This record gives sequence, C-alpha cells and structure tokens, in this order.
Amino acid sequence: MQFFGGSDISPSPPAPTAPGNNAHMIYVFNRNGVCLLYKEWNRPLHTLNAQQDHKLMFGLLFSLKSLTAKMDPTSAEKGNLGVPQLPGQGCSFHSFRTNTYKLSFMETPSGIKIILVTHPKTGDLRDSLKYIYNLYVEYVVKNPLYTPGAPVR
Amino acid sequence: MAPAGPRSGDAIFASVERVNAELFTLTYGAIVRQLLTDLEEVDEVNKQLDQMGYNIGIRLVDEFLAKSNVSRCVDFKETAEVIAKVGFKMFLGVGASVTNWDAEGTCCSIVLEDNPLVDFVELPDTCQGLYYCNVLSGVIRGALEMVSMKTEVTWLRDVLRGDDVFELQVKLIKQVPEEYPYKDDE
Repeated sequence: MQFFGGSDISPSPPAPTAPGNNAHMIYVFNRNGVCLLYKEWNRPLHTLNAQQDHKLMFGLLFSLKSLTAKMDPTSAEKGNLGVPQLPGQGCSFHSFRTNTYKLSFMETPSGIKIILVTHPKTGDLRDSLKYIYNLYVEYVVKNPLYTPGAPVR
Repeated sequence: MAPAGPRSGDAIFASVERVNAELFTLTYGAIVRQLLTDLEEVDEVNKQLDQMGYNIGIRLVDEFLAKSNVSRCVDFKETAEVIAKVGFKMFLGVGASVTNWDAEGTCCSIVLEDNPLVDFVELPDTCQGLYYCNVLSGVIRGALEMVSMKTEVTWLRDVLRGDDVFELQVKLIKQVPEEYPYKDDE
C-alpha cells in the first residue's frame, strides 16, 4: 500500500485551450485562512513576501465572495455588506480575468478554497478545479499522518 | 460545460472501492473491545468513540463533498435528507430515512434500516451503558461542524439495547458563519 507523506498536486489540469502547462500559480486555503498549498511555476514578479501574499490573496477572495453575494440581483435574502456568510451560500464568483492573467476560484461547503492563476486565454476551469479537489481529498484528507489545518508539504 | 448535478448514493456506492463487510465489522468490534479493556469505564469508552468519530467526520466531509457533488444545502432539512440518503448510502451502504421533525425544523431523527457495524454483536451485562455505534454520532457531528453547523447527536433507539431500530437524533444548535480570520489592522 502506498504511503503519502505529503502531496505534490500535479499542475496540469485538463485544459483544452493551449498545449502544455498553462498555470502560473496555485493556492489552496482552508476555512481559517491557513494556506495549505502554494506552488508557482511562472511568476516573474514577486511583490510581497510569502506571508503577506497569502493574506492578501485570502482577504481578496473573502471580500470578493462577500461582495458578489450581496450584489446578486436574483437572490432572495440580502444581509448588509460585511455580514459574514456561510461558506458556499449565495452565488459564488468563479473567475476573473485581467489582460495578463486569469484567476479561477472554487470553494467547497467545507471551506476549502482552490485558486488557480493561469494564462488569460484559458477556458472555464471549474472542472479542473473539481479534479484538483478530488486529488486533495484522495491524497491529503485520507492520509492518516496529515493533521487537518496544517500546510501540505 | 455546466457543472454536473449531485449523484445519487447508489451510484457513488457502486463506484467507490469497497472492503469486505465482515472485515469492517470485526475490525470495529476489535476496536471497541480494546477500548473497553483499556479504559474499563463505559462512559469513557462512549466519549472516546465519539471523539474518534469526530476526527473521522472532519475528514470524511471533504470526501463526501468531492464524490457526491452536492451543492450547498439551503436549510437544515435538506442537510438531514442528504446525510440520510446520500451519505449513509455512500459510506456504509445502508439506506436511512429522516423522521420526526420538530416544529422549528432544527431537530430530526434519522432511522437506519440496518447497521453493518453491529452484525454478530451482543452486549454483555457488564456493558449495558455502552453506545456501541457512538462513532457514527461523532462522524455526523464532526462533518456538520466543518460545514458551519454546530449540532448535537444522540442515540434514541439502539437495537443492542433491545429496541427494534437504530435511531439517531440530530439537533442543530446553531449555524456559525465564516469570519475573517485576520485582524484588520495588519
């Protein structure tokens, strides 16, 4: 039986657009903001140190999620802006694109957030994010030596 | 491509890897036996089983969400239905049903049709206070806590104690919304 001490999440999601490796970075956060995994393959410019970078990314997504849920024109209930929401409730944004990169995001009801930063021409990555989440479950969650909430090596 | 809808418990149960049912039952029985020998106090064993179940639950919920593809449940009623129909089917292969909703919709009973953990088991007189399947209540509690619901799960009826079915009572205490974990001044 194979024993996984720490998992290396494979970076090539099944994206049909461009051949080869498309992704620049991947982050995985848990519900408390702990960055469980961060891997980069193509990041020429580093602006912040790792800790601040993680906090910024988590904060950005937390606020974006909150904002998009509150501005939803089709949703029935609306709290005030700033009221904490249950993870997964309401509409959830799944990607944004700038002229240099595209950021795709997926959140599970258990609070695990998966973020993939890729080339801007990438198509919809939701299936790839689901695939990554399945990998996370298979190798990280089921690993008996892994303590929930600790970063994955 | 639109995301796939939720899969039924039977479909997932057919597709996951399975272990021999007897192996599972006997392993669980050995665990309980060992806990009884080590701890000797029936209440301690109950607590320990619940704690073990809790630790299992917090990991199990991710696997459940990944395999079953359910989206966020709108309210507690839907949650209980999902646990009974999809969750129990997927992991234990047993069907369960939800009954006895109270007036506010925060407390319900889940009735298991059968329970693979208790095949071949009889409780001796020395262990009459033991909740043999307490690990299941811990699992539900742990799993729901990871999706922001604080619950209390107790056994109402237990076949090993002479009743006719297994009945779990799940009571929602509160929903805990997500909070921003970092302090604002940094």
